[in-house]
Amino acid sequence: MIITLKKKKLTFLQKIYIFEVVRGLMITMGHLIRNLTHPSRMMTVNFPEETKPIPKTHRSEHRLMLRPDGSIRCTACMLCQTVCPAYCIHIEAAEGAIPEKEKYPKAFTIDLLRCVYCGYCVEACPCDAIRMDTGKLVDACYKREDFIKDIDYLKANHPKGLNPISEAIY
Amino acid sequence: MLIIILKILIPFLIIFNMIPFLIWLERKGSAYIQDRHGPNRAAFFGIRLGGMLHSLADVLKLITKEDIIPLHVHKPFYLLAPFLALTVACVTYAVVPFAHPIEINGEPFTFQAADLNVGILYILAMASLGVYGVMLAGWSSNNKYSLLGGVRSSAQMLSYEIAMGLSLISVLMVGGSLELNNLVISQGATPWSWNFLTQPVAFFLFTTAAFAETNRNPFDLPEGESELVAGYHTEYSSMKFAMFFMAEYAHVIMASALIALLFFGGWQVPLMSTDFLREQAGLGLYILLLAHGILFMVAGIFLLTWFKKGKYGDLRDYEVLVWGIPLVLAGLGLSLYTLLHGSFDLTPLGSQIFAAVVQFMTFMAKILFFCWFFIWIRWTLPRFRYDQLMGLGWKVMLPLGLMNLAVTGIILLMR
Repeated sequence: MIITLKKKKLTFLQKIYIFEVVRGLMITMGHLIRNLTHPSRMMTVNFPEETKPIPKTHRSEHRLMLRPDGSIRCTACMLCQTVCPAYCIHIEAAEGAIPEKEKYPKAFTIDLLRCVYCGYCVEACPCDAIRMDTGKLVDACYKREDFIKDIDYLKANHPKGLNPISEAIY
Repeated sequence: MLIIILKILIPFLIIFNMIPFLIWLERKGSAYIQDRHGPNRAAFFGIRLGGMLHSLADVLKLITKEDIIPLHVHKPFYLLAPFLALTVACVTYAVVPFAHPIEINGEPFTFQAADLNVGILYILAMASLGVYGVMLAGWSSNNKYSLLGGVRSSAQMLSYEIAMGLSLISVLMVGGSLELNNLVISQGATPWSWNFLTQPVAFFLFTTAAFAETNRNPFDLPEGESELVAGYHTEYSSMKFAMFFMAEYAHVIMASALIALLFFGGWQVPLMSTDFLREQAGLGLYILLLAHGILFMVAGIFLLTWFKKGKYGDLRDYEVLVWGIPLVLAGLGLSLYTLLHGSFDLTPLGSQIFAAVVQFMTFMAKILFFCWFFIWIRWTLPRFRYDQLMGLGWKVMLPLGLMNLAVTGIILLMR
């Protein structure tokens, strides 16, 4: 279907253009004066000094949860590694202290450069061992290797104010 | 000899030091117009000058950047173009009068580098040479975007120069002289006798044409980013690009100076004629110094109210103290000194110099206002389409200029 747009008829004053220019100038001057007198009302956030609150459901850097006795919750079941669409999780399982009871991860590596922050690992985990609620946005690093986070980093990656111990049953 | 060198050097240095300031004004002003914060990051031991240090950082970056000359350019013209653009933009200041001429030991002393009796023609001639820099840059770059930018620029400048000339002629008819100083003197010291009220059509035509001549928005088609990448300076990098940039701002300052000279009374202080200023020089100096003292104090106290410990958590917190405390102390000292000293007794030469200084400051204030006007317009109006540009130039401004000329002539004859 063809729609023919009707051009708006301009009045004589608009055709002269000068008065419309003056009107536009007044609009921009109004913005300028408002921003000069009330700098805090500007929408721009001065990022490193002030940050906007991150919503609770926001998915940020991963952390590995701990049991009340301080041991890692992960049982190396490989569910997260299997579900990961970006293949960024690498787990090496090892036998625990009681061989017939459960395994633990000897290595748990996340490549943050591959990670797409989909949160499937958090959904897949049956033990609440991995969470993505640190609120940390991706750091800047000098080397690619620095983005590959190992188990020691992830185990200690608990921001201030968040409990590193999960109260889940399993 | 020394005086001539100083006369050439001082306006040149003033203009060149205004360019970084104008760039700062443009960036900060555009930011506030668009509800942004603008530059505020570059700091030197916590001193940021409200983002003005970004201009310094820009200069350092542009000077130390690699100068890339593409293989496909026509090298002699490619190298010549930025120099031509900047030189042409700078030489026009030679005939700008900054104050009323004074007399030293019976010898007249003018505040302009060259006291040409055809000053306005010299400015027009030099300003039209500016198109060569742009055209040479566009053609020698051997690049279709640059070429299009150059062609557009030449067409635009040629067509708007006609309207500019026509609007000027009526002003010259009213003023009765080609010498800029006489034009300013003939306008008188009262604002309602200035040319922007006696020649309003010429004022609008001249301002519009000046915008087109300086290649500024809404007439910045030669470098229209959306169509032509960067227009005529696409292939230029580092200091050569900076020279085009500086030439643009030098043109802006020149155009502002011309508008102020021709239509807003140049160095005339509103409601205060030169004779009045010279007679009342002692009292005037007293009031001027006192006003500056109070102004410094108010500005310093205003800055000090911004101080808040731990706002940033580093040296930037103390920036307002670095500027505020000396300002308050200087203002206090100045006002106390003036108050204790009382009215000043100036020699005839001293009173002449005082009048010249006040007129110079007035003129600079007018120039700065029109520079701001250029920036203000740039961040308000959208760019013209090419056919609209040509239509405005040939179908509106040229007939209007001719009509204005005829009406001015008739009125001058009837008077």
